[in-house]
Amino acid sequence: MLPDSPPAAVPVADPKTTETSSPPSLIALFVAFAKMSLAGFGGVLVWARRGIVDEHKWMTADEFNETFALCHFLPGPNIVNLTFVFGSRFRGIAGGIAAFAGLVGPPVVIVTVLAALYQRYGEIDALRRILAGVSCAAVGLLIAVVFKMLWPLIKRRDVVGLVVLAAVFVAIGLLRLPLPQVLLVAIPISIAITYAMRRKGAA
Amino acid sequence: MNSDTNPLLALAYTFALMSLFAVGGASAAIPEMHRVAVDVQHWLTDKQFADVYAISQLSPGPNVLIVTLIGYSVAGVAGALVATLSMCVPTAVLALVVSRFLARSSHARWPALIQAALVPLSIGLMGASGFILVRTADRTLAAALVTAGAAVLASVTRLNPLWMLLAGGCLGFAGLIG
Repeated sequence: MLPDSPPAAVPVADPKTTETSSPPSLIALFVAFAKMSLAGFGGVLVWARRGIVDEHKWMTADEFNETFALCHFLPGPNIVNLTFVFGSRFRGIAGGIAAFAGLVGPPVVIVTVLAALYQRYGEIDALRRILAGVSCAAVGLLIAVVFKMLWPLIKRRDVVGLVVLAAVFVAIGLLRLPLPQVLLVAIPISIAITYAMRRKGAA
Repeated sequence: MNSDTNPLLALAYTFALMSLFAVGGASAAIPEMHRVAVDVQHWLTDKQFADVYAISQLSPGPNVLIVTLIGYSVAGVAGALVATLSMCVPTAVLALVVSRFLARSSHARWPALIQAALVPLSIGLMGASGFILVRTADRTLAAALVTAGAAVLASVTRLNPLWMLLAGGCLGFAGLIG
């Protein structure tokens, strides 16, 4: 078969000419996710998109967004959910485990080494001062993320959303109530309000 | 020894349960981690919790690795592994089951609705994370200024966050944070 034959003309197209390439092997999944994970300081999502969609073409951008949306509305670390669902889509449970091991394995080793160093040297004055400075900055970064997420709600004057948000903030941040209890009350209420608002909007 | 049994079991139970309630991801579960690890179980002090958060942000990989650090400080390497797996596996299995269910059915409207309903909850949780970390990390005016500076810089510029962490570390080393 000529390498430059148009893909539409041949029913069994060369995998490279189709939109997304052939399913990755277990080792390829492990290596790809390890790379994304080790590149990801302060969040892996950007690198996961780059690796899965742009570099390996394992998913189209829309497929990626859909899968991420699903993993975002489910509880737990989103990127871990995404990795597991993604890997098992190609190679079943083994694929999920391979991708998960790549995502979590290498950074867990790094973090464990850091934890051991911290336990041994954490009381050294210079290190304490450095970590105090880093944590101040890290908290600032988190606040910036919260503000970025909050902004769209403020812009569209989503009063109901803001009230729900404030109630959760008070219950968890100020009253320090346990998370499961708060969510078991807040989730049904928020779903009911959202559903009622949408029906009102559609009518 | 009182009612507390094996620390590994306590870690497994704590984080497996937390995993299923971590709406909005690991950063949204920080208040709950702080509540359990500092207030209830006394695994860490306030100061150690702030340090552990800093270390987790300095390391590559997903944000969930703060759990690895908490696990390590409770029960060493075994604790690190148990905490990490407990936080990841239950919800990953749930995600897999739900994604297969959705692939076969046409309940497409429900995820969008639930997602919209969960957005304000996860922002509220992350706001609480910020609040609790400010209370643990910012004990001086200088520290609060560094936090505010990082928040503003991260909001208005596209600077790599790692630079801000390093700058914070340098200011701390210079003794300016106290």
